[in-house]
Amino acid sequence: MAAIYKKEFRGFMTSMVGYVFIAFLLVVSGIYYTAYHLQGAYPKFSYTLQSVLFVFLIAVPVLSMRVLAEERKQKTDQLLLTSPVSVAGIVMGKYLALVSVFGIAAAVLAVYPLILTQFGTISMAESYTALFGFFLMGSCYLSIGLYLSSVTESQVIAAVLTFLFLFVCYVIEGIASFFPETSSASFYTMVVLVLAAACVIYYMVHQAVITIAIAVCLEAALVVLYLVNASFYESLIQELLGVLDITEHFTEFCSGILDVTGIIYYLTVIGVFLFLTVQSIQKRRWS
Amino acid sequence: MIEVNHLVKRYGSNHAVDDLSFRVERGQIYGFLGPNGAGKSTTMNILTGYIAPSSGEVKINGHDILEDAEAARKCIGYLPEIPPIYPEMTVLEYLTFAAELKRLPGKSREALILEAMELTGVVEVQRRLIKNLSKGFRQRVGLAQAILGFPEIIILDEPMVGLDPKQIIEVRELIKKLSEKHTVILSSHILSEISAICDHIMIISHGKLVASDTPERLTSLMKGSASLELTVRCEKHGLHQLLKDTSGITSFEILDSPEQGAHDVLIKTEGTTDLREKLFYELASRKMALLRMQQSHVSLEDVFLELTENEETEGEENEDGSDL
Repeated sequence: MAAIYKKEFRGFMTSMVGYVFIAFLLVVSGIYYTAYHLQGAYPKFSYTLQSVLFVFLIAVPVLSMRVLAEERKQKTDQLLLTSPVSVAGIVMGKYLALVSVFGIAAAVLAVYPLILTQFGTISMAESYTALFGFFLMGSCYLSIGLYLSSVTESQVIAAVLTFLFLFVCYVIEGIASFFPETSSASFYTMVVLVLAAACVIYYMVHQAVITIAIAVCLEAALVVLYLVNASFYESLIQELLGVLDITEHFTEFCSGILDVTGIIYYLTVIGVFLFLTVQSIQKRRWS
Repeated sequence: MIEVNHLVKRYGSNHAVDDLSFRVERGQIYGFLGPNGAGKSTTMNILTGYIAPSSGEVKINGHDILEDAEAARKCIGYLPEIPPIYPEMTVLEYLTFAAELKRLPGKSREALILEAMELTGVVEVQRRLIKNLSKGFRQRVGLAQAILGFPEIIILDEPMVGLDPKQIIEVRELIKKLSEKHTVILSSHILSEISAICDHIMIISHGKLVASDTPERLTSLMKGSASLELTVRCEKHGLHQLLKDTSGITSFEILDSPEQGAHDVLIKTEGTTDLREKLFYELASRKMALLRMQQSHVSLEDVFLELTENEETEGEENEDGSDL
């Protein structure tokens, strides 16, 4: 794992990619910082951080696209996967290298609130809580980028997929508000979703009896739940889509709350995507 | 050392490797031989744990390649078909990375890297970026990576591709030297390469092991049906009669010869009987002039062709059957 981390981190620092990522993040945040705090004399550093979120949509795919896709294309994964290192070790090494590059940018950002102390009193705790949330959220995006880089051997496709995924997460709050919040609407949506899931299951296992049994059980459970407690379905669509809303928890950090649910949410998302990355590499070994 | 039992790898309905079983013993050079697409690379990828078999098992020094993967992979150095090199690294950086990946002890790491570079002749390019190296050098860097730390088993997939004749001889010497202490498995579709260095040849065709033996034994396998070629100046009828009466001939064929008034004869003999002297005196006593006589030896090439072609027709028959 250490060997892969070192190699990957060196790779970022000896090529343009790492610098482009850091520079892009710092240039944009520098502009907002100047506008809000140096010119506007606004004391809340979190404003800058909240304004630069869109940078991730482009910067994350740039950094993460080649990490695993390139290994596969150049067949260098043959060296990694036949060496005495576990797949989890490989994924961890790669991920930590990505986070380290982002860490450099975050470390530079950590200087910004200190500069502001020259001009007046600002809340250090609030600023650094926001920066911590910013770092967690960025790491979360990077784990998504890493996963999407493992599903294809084309860097371009990996980058586009990552961009689309992050974009959907970015606008999900707006999308969720399109859907009606009534319980009947949620109920019908769930019924359709279960049917769709059944089709996917059938495609994967090719067992008609099992698929129908699962589908019938789930649909029955939905109907019973609807009859017994219809209020359960109220704004369920919004709640389900809200899971994808990665930036939502960051807003909590920005208002100075060291949000435990937020920390757990981000760590869970990171864990899930790293796990999926390992699985997607293992799957290729078996197919 | 390596134990392979009933290995099968399916891609859809296509069998890349079909029920392959063999054992590899210590300190020998094994050669996988087979036409393109025979399943050589797939087999090697399974042996090294890069891909998993559909069924069957591989044991390296008693460690299962899937269940006890790290211990098993520690015993193996692998050079895949396309050398797994990073173009943006220098040779030294790359080999240091490979050494760390293989968890070579820190103290002896530098010495081991230097030794691998010396053996493969890449010392003078160690500070150059791999992307600026020629194909032959890249191949050698890949080879240096495979022998790095001198694992017990060294698996090389087509190691001679892209090398010039001088380098091929060097690599051959290197492999021979390595085989004193290590087990080497290499693959090739070029017969002369394999027969020059291997102690044991495994011929693979359509994912099946069709022969596995020493080169000498493989050629002697075919010695059973030797053949003779003659050119005789005489009348066709008389010659036909003579050959018919001679014992020890399984079949013969009389063809027109480019030489005036002569005939070319192709004779298949039984077993190891040598008919040359007998035929000479017979022909001489009937005043038939013997212009040329040649005993054709069966080469490894013939064995290879015979084995793989047979397999091909069998395969086709099977496919036809399944279509019905």
